Amino acid sequence: MNQWKNFTKGFIKENPVFVLLLGMCPTLGVTSSAINGLGMGLATTFVLVMSNMVVSIIKKQIPEKVRIPSFIVIIATFVTIVELIMEAYLPSLFQSLGLFIPLIVVNCIVLGRAEAFASKNNLVSSVVDGFGIGFGFSFALVLLGGIRELLGSGKLFSITIYPENYVTLLFVLAPGAFIVLGYLIAIINRIKKD
Amino acid sequence: MNYLVIVIGAIFVNNIVLMQFLGICPFLGVSKRLSTAIGMTGAVAFVMVLATIVTYLIQNYILDAFGLAFLQTIAFILVIASLVQLVEIILKKVSPALYQALGIFLPLITTNCAILGVAILTIQKDFNLVEGVIFAIANAVGFGLALVLFAGIREHLDLQNVPKGLKGTPIALIAAGILAMAFMGFSGLV
Repeated sequence: MNQWKNFTKGFIKENPVFVLLLGMCPTLGVTSSAINGLGMGLATTFVLVMSNMVVSIIKKQIPEKVRIPSFIVIIATFVTIVELIMEAYLPSLFQSLGLFIPLIVVNCIVLGRAEAFASKNNLVSSVVDGFGIGFGFSFALVLLGGIRELLGSGKLFSITIYPENYVTLLFVLAPGAFIVLGYLIAIINRIKKD
Repeated sequence: MNYLVIVIGAIFVNNIVLMQFLGICPFLGVSKRLSTAIGMTGAVAFVMVLATIVTYLIQNYILDAFGLAFLQTIAFILVIASLVQLVEIILKKVSPALYQALGIFLPLITTNCAILGVAILTIQKDFNLVEGVIFAIANAVGFGLALVLFAGIREHLDLQNVPKGLKGTPIALIAAGILAMAFMGFSGLV
């Protein structure tokens, strides 16, 4: 039960994007379509789970003073692994996510979980926490990407929903990212209050 | 001429914050007051130029020379993290006044994706060192422009009667969207 709570907190209550406002750069940068959002979300989830796992295993060996640089090296290692795997097996996704793949390294969510959770908790909780927060992040990206794709190109996961003559192109461009996220956060705030 | 294209492109057309979504955290975090926005811009400009020079040299003379290009991400983030520490220590000793002004922003810069983003973009675009430095300066100016404009808008927003549900972050994001729309007017300039 406790682990289940630990897993589900990332979706609404402690959602990294809508509530904690962390990791905003990839959130806004890659969500021009739902599929890009999903790819970015899963890549970040992998890095989160693996870095949480390693940090919680070796937390006793890391001296207090150099813990942040050590966490950054661990995170950068897994980001490099994701980068190489994606370039080899998913070249089109790698192209469209572009610069934001190496930038997972400076995503505050990953370092934040390593510092705030994995360095204080045991292996199982840390891995569950990584999955929970990672899926919460993916959920936010897919939601944002889906809305922008639907309004801006009339498609959802590349399937045409309504004809292109009626789309508002603005939503797949830069301003649309800010505006849709602004309204989404307002809605989530309202839901949380009830 | 080539340099002018780089400068205008980086400041207006592909503004690093509003068009490329790099450095959003400080953009939303320290833009509540004009004075902190200016301080943050100074610190970012300083580190961005230094980091671009150092990472350029490392990429060309160490990583490429020894066929270690896959270590780019790890090498760059370590360089930037230690550079920020170094700048902090040197500033504290050499210019306490400047340290007072920029000091509190420096630790935040390690995880500012604009710095790492510009360093990687300089390599990806195949710039030489001079072009890279100009690109970094122009991006820092673009970052500052967006941050200062946005801080001005937010100071006015505080005085407005915003609907309750939109107060705080939501209205700030929507204002940023409208600002980005204004910057879209520059597209096609270069």
